[in-house]
Amino acid sequence: MVDTQALGATGAPFEMEIERGKVREFARAVFSAVPADGVIPPTFLTTAFFWQHGDCDPWERVAMDQSRGLHAEQEYVFHGPPPRAGDRLTAQSKITEIYTKQSRGGGTLTFVIMVTEFRDMSGRLVAEARQTGVETS
Amino acid sequence: MTPPPPLVVGPLTRTDLVRYQGASGDFNPIHHDEPFARAAGMPAPLALGMLQAGLMASWATGWLGADAVRRFRVRFAARVFPGDTLSCAGEVVRRYEETGESRVDLELTCTTQAGTVAARAWATFVTQGAPT
Repeated sequence: MVDTQALGATGAPFEMEIERGKVREFARAVFSAVPADGVIPPTFLTTAFFWQHGDCDPWERVAMDQSRGLHAEQEYVFHGPPPRAGDRLTAQSKITEIYTKQSRGGGTLTFVIMVTEFRDMSGRLVAEARQTGVETS
Repeated sequence: MTPPPPLVVGPLTRTDLVRYQGASGDFNPIHHDEPFARAAGMPAPLALGMLQAGLMASWATGWLGADAVRRFRVRFAARVFPGDTLSCAGEVVRRYEETGESRVDLELTCTTQAGTVAARAWATFVTQGAPT
């Protein structure tokens, strides 16, 4: 059951280095040509998994029931050309929205949105990831 | 701007799922552990929605360039399993200028061999200097 008290929960900031080998590995896994300039594929920032420890991920606080929850939507926004191999980013995640809707079947759907901001070494916001999860009643 | 032919991937193998899991860091066992997946009511390991997202993104960046993407949003619609063949493509739905750049909005779909839409995506690319 989603804990609505998780709204506003913020994870500890974490560093993420864009590594050329990981970019190549990811590009191959999504059947993409490997970019010669090391630019990340559009969904590569999902690999932030590798750089987080427990305190970084406020999604844990949501306590969504895994048997009734699913990943409904994912979005990436880039404020300029996407990061590339060699870039060092600082990221931080926050639970920004929790809301409910009635499903067509009359049940309740609880939506949770988590936004992760990625900044470069100068502090400039270079990318955002927005994850939407939904739990059915 | 003529879109390229669809990116067709498949029939998907369990190895394709494992390769994506290793690359992404998402090690949820429902995507590779057969007994775990069956206990969860699946007929086989469930393909990762984010793999379908990545395939649609690859179709788009193969056309317009990885450095030109400014937004990519995906909504998951149906389950995919090993043995399915996925076809990813899209079309330009809007052309406009924003902050001095020429941009296009795309709508994309990832469809199974049965014609089921497994995922949809919406993307924005900068087109200055991109192939036409």
